[in-house]
Amino acid sequence: MHTVTEQDIWQALEEVMDPEIPRVSVVDLGMIHEVKLRGNKAEISFLPTFSGCPALDYITRDIKQRIEQLPLDSVAVNVTYAVPWSTNRITEKGKKLLKESGLAPPKHSDGYISLDVLSDTECPYCSSRNTVLQSPFGPTLCRAIHYCKNCSQAFEQFKPVA
Amino acid sequence: MTASNEALKSLLYATADDLLILGHRNSEWTGLGPLLEEDIAFSSMAQDQMGQSLALYEILQRDLGERDPDTIAFLRPESEYRCCHFVEYPIGSYAFSLMRHFLFDQASYLRFAALAESSFKPLAFVSRKLLGEIKYHIMHGNTWMAQLSRGGEESHARMQSALNEAFPMALGIFEKLEHEEELVDAGVYAGSAQLRDLWLQHIEPALAHGGLALPELNAQEAGTAFFGGRKGFHSEHLGSLIEEMGAVLRSDPSADW
Repeated sequence: MHTVTEQDIWQALEEVMDPEIPRVSVVDLGMIHEVKLRGNKAEISFLPTFSGCPALDYITRDIKQRIEQLPLDSVAVNVTYAVPWSTNRITEKGKKLLKESGLAPPKHSDGYISLDVLSDTECPYCSSRNTVLQSPFGPTLCRAIHYCKNCSQAFEQFKPVA
Repeated sequence: MTASNEALKSLLYATADDLLILGHRNSEWTGLGPLLEEDIAFSSMAQDQMGQSLALYEILQRDLGERDPDTIAFLRPESEYRCCHFVEYPIGSYAFSLMRHFLFDQASYLRFAALAESSFKPLAFVSRKLLGEIKYHIMHGNTWMAQLSRGGEESHARMQSALNEAFPMALGIFEKLEHEEELVDAGVYAGSAQLRDLWLQHIEPALAHGGLALPELNAQEAGTAFFGGRKGFHSEHLGSLIEEMGAVLRSDPSADW
């Protein structure tokens, strides 16, 4: 029988999507902190994006359900704060998929947040930078709202957090 | 030396209860904000603050043997809460709520920045994470403070009046904690007085930028007028808020959400 490797687990995690952005996986969002395999028991720890994110329970459940499909003796999923999640952890593939989902990806953040940092965000629809920030708070905690003056559309951004 | 569990609990309850109660107050703006973006902003900050309190209640449960977060948040008697009076007051005018948000989140950021260096590691890790969220609160507070304080005579007068009302209350954030010496000696916490001085250094330039001046305080206001929360003595406003917050849970404590 095939023995499950850590790589198998990582691969399966790429199929676990963010419940609110169903094309982007928890791996591409940089949420997976650690995959530990002891014998045939897996332990996966993930980093919360926002402490008040209501999707955390769903993500825990979705990871557990997916990994339990592998031939393992037990699967434990924990939330950890061992390192702080930041949008700099989002992979290039993740950023591309965010854009394809209609969300402007976050710029790299050095931890300094200001109106200037959030301005000139590239429109995910027409790629213009002729845009203005409407609100740093949006429909979910991880999104800001902008307006594109070029294509006259409001758009959301996965906002930089570090 | 390490701090006792009693001392750690005093710090965690004070910090978490401030966030839970102000989070509930800020959520009262949902649907009532003076403009849509502000409605969303206060609702989002409320959600952040309740999430932040949850992260701290989880430490209390996991590392210090306290009850589960829902029970802690909603079913304690009033005397077991350790929030300051400042967060308990009703939302009042938008100017008051905005000023409270500005003054509180500046303190909250500095408190977590200090706690990120805490010798109590579970708290240090969580604090480091929360700073990224609170940066958005700081930006929001500073932006509106500047806009409205410089927005004409009436607008400026309302902001100054909100500051006059909120500032003495805000000093209650820095009431000494129970077991504070022990926490400071163990490198868990920088200390309330040190935090207050740092906070004053941070808010004064932002207020001055808006042409606002800190009010002259009488001896009582500058002293202990709004103290008591850290010892479990609260303003008249907390009891009814707890009652309302826990009403649904108490109606069927065994319900599975």
